[in-house]
Amino acid sequence: MSVLAEYGTILVIVACCFGFFMAWGVGANDVANAMGTSVGSGALTIRQAIVVAMIFEFLGAYLAGGEVTATIRKGIIDPSMLGDTPHLLVYGMMAALLAAGTWLLVASMMGWPVSTTHSIVGAIVGFAAVGISVDAVAWAKVGKIVASWVVSPVLAGTLSFCLFMSVQKLIFNSPNPFKSAKKYIPFYMFAVGFLISMVTILKGLKHVFKDAAVKLTFIDAVGMACVMGVVVALIGIVLLRRVKVTKESESEHRFADVEKVFAILMIFTACAMAFAHGSNDVANAVGPLAAVVSIVGSGEIASSSAMPTWILFLGGGGIVIGLATYGFKVMATIGKKITELTPSRGFAAELGAAGTVVVASGLGLPISTTHTLVGAVLGVGLARGIGALNLKVVGTIFLSWLVTLPAGAGLAIIFFFILKAIFGA
Amino acid sequence: MIKNTLVDLFGKSPIKPLQKHMTVSASAADELIAFFTAVLANDWEKAEDEYNKIRSIENEADVLKKDLRLHLPKSLFLPVPRSDLLDLLTKQDKIANTAKDIAGLMLGRNMAIPPSMHTLMLDFVAISVDVVHKALKAIDELDELLESGFSGHELVIVERLVAELDGLERQADDHEIAVRRQLFSLETELPPIEVMFLYRIIESIGELADRSQKVGSRLLLLLAR
Repeated sequence: MSVLAEYGTILVIVACCFGFFMAWGVGANDVANAMGTSVGSGALTIRQAIVVAMIFEFLGAYLAGGEVTATIRKGIIDPSMLGDTPHLLVYGMMAALLAAGTWLLVASMMGWPVSTTHSIVGAIVGFAAVGISVDAVAWAKVGKIVASWVVSPVLAGTLSFCLFMSVQKLIFNSPNPFKSAKKYIPFYMFAVGFLISMVTILKGLKHVFKDAAVKLTFIDAVGMACVMGVVVALIGIVLLRRVKVTKESESEHRFADVEKVFAILMIFTACAMAFAHGSNDVANAVGPLAAVVSIVGSGEIASSSAMPTWILFLGGGGIVIGLATYGFKVMATIGKKITELTPSRGFAAELGAAGTVVVASGLGLPISTTHTLVGAVLGVGLARGIGALNLKVVGTIFLSWLVTLPAGAGLAIIFFFILKAIFGA
Repeated sequence: MIKNTLVDLFGKSPIKPLQKHMTVSASAADELIAFFTAVLANDWEKAEDEYNKIRSIENEADVLKKDLRLHLPKSLFLPVPRSDLLDLLTKQDKIANTAKDIAGLMLGRNMAIPPSMHTLMLDFVAISVDVVHKALKAIDELDELLESGFSGHELVIVERLVAELDGLERQADDHEIAVRRQLFSLETELPPIEVMFLYRIIESIGELADRSQKVGSRLLLLLAR
């Protein structure tokens, strides 16, 4: 207790720096991955992608990020083990933030593929198992999280496969693809609006309106989500009106105009992707910080304290700054290199991935957005939608799991003992 | 350089390079018309120029072929079987090779064509080149096929193109028979070795059409599921 009383303010300030550092890393690397598909397909310019990312990352974090933040904050570690020594958890969470942030920095400089989510989960499990005790880790929950890392790319792949097959059936194989595109695309837009609102209403609003005592039944939620979906689709229809058939499309590139229609759809899926990413990945930076702040504030490990909004702003701000200082470069690189992904494919991949990520966020499962997106793109490829895909990447993903988890854990253990030595046990 | 999982995921699509290769191969056949016009006019200087053009085009096709092969490692996941693509590439490449062989042989031997055969011969070359172009048109649909996922309406378009290609090839066959018959009626008056090689040239021109037809049927095979 004395440690927290004595160094409380310093600990919070340092933790804020670490959390900001971590959020910066997320903004610099992960966001670019999530938005790169839209830039590559030409649906958004880099500038537009950054604006979309800023708004929807934040909305996602604020409206639907609560569950994942809660998992990172208090789901991986069993708080009952730490009743007498809350300061150890503070050190641990700080160590985890610093470890994950450092590892992300080192790995991206060395050109290794890494995932923010895996780094932070590895780091938390690492310090808890070694620094405190093996029993302090909620292994059942960790098992679920690890399983979700395998399931999420597969699920995203299946979703995007089905989405792309439906696009082929309804639009590309019809006698007049352009007309069919205009007819059916609003339904996909409806799906985007419905999905996002559904997760927000079911999982997000209870964090936002905790005190307002708003009670919604499932039927209410479905109704509201439907209304939101229709609103989104109507906005889409207005935008679609602007797309006109050009003359030259008759001969050389029969599908060029159809792709223009899909590019409009992709603006919506890009927003969904940013929202999904925000709902899942902001927690990586914000979760540990929230744990530190709440323990220092109350002096004990409270399992049900509300998260202060300023922490979310700090996380969101870090991401935006990461994006603005470094992420836009990564986005440009990705955008230039994945031009093979035309809007009709990009939308299927993004919607498949965003849907999976948002559902995982609702369930409180921290997953890797990038890996989910890779799974989604592979799904489109399986539907014979993409010219060439490099299957070696699947191996790289396994490798990144094998490397990132121990690296995050090892660094967290080292930092944990250093902090313990500095501030006292 | 920063490695990015998402960027690494995308390989270089073989479709555009394959189409480029076919365009180049077909342009080698195109030059044959100018070559034959020069030969018939007995302008061997011009003929040599044309031959050199064909040779450099054939070279270009070879470079494209090698490049495409190098960029198709087994780890690549493609919408159509890799072996089918490579086979299609080989078949396309043979069009340029055949064009070069025809021009090379005729130039090397300064082969004169009997004046009474000129019209039929030029027609025969022209229709064979038409067959090549029909094949090119079918190959040009490949990117549209990829866009529509190798199915549906687009498949019908390609099937129609290949049917037209088969029809043209039959016409070229008829021309070949006519040219051969005419040569047969003249062969007693001509030097025997000359006649032998003329038969061979006629056969090679027919082969040009034949190989183009094979490109079309290989394309259909690629699409069959």
